[in-house]
Amino acid sequence: MKKTLILLILVLAGCASTHSSIYQQMGGQEKVVEVVENFITEIEYDSRMFEYFKDSDVDRFHQKLIEHLCYLTGGPCKYTGDEMRQVHAGMNINEADFNHGVDLFINAMEKANISHPIQNKILAVLAPTRKDIIYL
Amino acid sequence: MIKKPKIIKNLTAVMFIVFSHHSLAADGKLIGTAGLSQVEGSGGGGLVPWATLSGYDSQDQMSVNVFTTQVDLDDYRLNVVGINASFYDRVEISAAQHRFDLKTLGGDIKQNVFGVKYKLYGDVVYSTWPQISAGLQHKQLQDGTIAQAVGAQNNSSGTDYYLAATKVHLGAIAGYNAVWNLTARATKANEMGLLGFGGVNNNSYQVMLEASAGILFSRHLAVGVEYRQKPDNLGLGEDDWTDFFVSYIPTKSVNVTLAWANLGTIAGAEKQQGIYLSLNGQVW
Repeated sequence: MKKTLILLILVLAGCASTHSSIYQQMGGQEKVVEVVENFITEIEYDSRMFEYFKDSDVDRFHQKLIEHLCYLTGGPCKYTGDEMRQVHAGMNINEADFNHGVDLFINAMEKANISHPIQNKILAVLAPTRKDIIYL
Repeated sequence: MIKKPKIIKNLTAVMFIVFSHHSLAADGKLIGTAGLSQVEGSGGGGLVPWATLSGYDSQDQMSVNVFTTQVDLDDYRLNVVGINASFYDRVEISAAQHRFDLKTLGGDIKQNVFGVKYKLYGDVVYSTWPQISAGLQHKQLQDGTIAQAVGAQNNSSGTDYYLAATKVHLGAIAGYNAVWNLTARATKANEMGLLGFGGVNNNSYQVMLEASAGILFSRHLAVGVEYRQKPDNLGLGEDDWTDFFVSYIPTKSVNVTLAWANLGTIAGAEKQQGIYLSLNGQVW
């Protein structure tokens, strides 16, 4: 049992990817834009999520989310939008709706043909923003 | 007389309940992160209770799960049916019934297990540190005759107490999500309580370590291993338990786990190994 576990870990560690940024691994700016546009489409067709966005400036959201995703994945961008806490203040997004939003974001990555391991790496860099999104 | 295996009937019942209530299920967690129902009814892996609660409820939701598990060993067969409910991703209650068939000797041993779990800290995916929960499992033997015959000090009931830590690491192993769990359990139970509590070798609480590790190869497929340390109160060479599992999670409403369980010596019968099959459905 122990040997198998150690072997499993070694094999998986051996497959570990190189040091290129997640931005590069996902396919650069073209993919960042595609994921963000897919995500906006997912929101538009989802009544539960659309509720939070109905008074938003979609063009600005589009532009700032591209910057933010590019920046967080290690791409050559600067995020010029507002602080995440400030953006979500007063929206009172609950945990279930946040996780539903993550499900939609996964759909957006799926439709952009981002592979499962790269999807997880993207989610890992986005995860810390959760505290600046829910229950504000 | 050919008896229709009970697990088939149970599976049918679970499937019916799950699919007839599909749209009501709580969905406030990422798919694959709610875990399974373990053999004693608590949210967990297969053999080990985890810090995660059983359902997909978030802190504003509730969930109810039903499950059935069968572990078919060389000389024994464990049949489990159970239900657990989790409230606001904070408190979990559970009830499970064990029927342990003595395939070689004939007859069976039945016991009921009632559990409570309370989440003390964290979120298995999002918090920096692991999610931590404390719980108990109260076990009531329906017939203590066999427990008494093998020398158990108490052949009616006992309570296990545990503390568990569980963490999902996003994209941790070559981009795949990894999960690990560590549980410390204070127990006097012999073979989970099926052979009573305490014995000639030892009659006090001992702390046993239990661990699980798994990798999610997709949002719908998890593979892993488990280990559960056990006391040998009766002096019958009771062994630690291990298993290798594959879980298929097609939707948040249902998951199926197939495992190879190695439960070692049970009541003097050596090398008890076999297939573990479990079906878990979220009905609310």
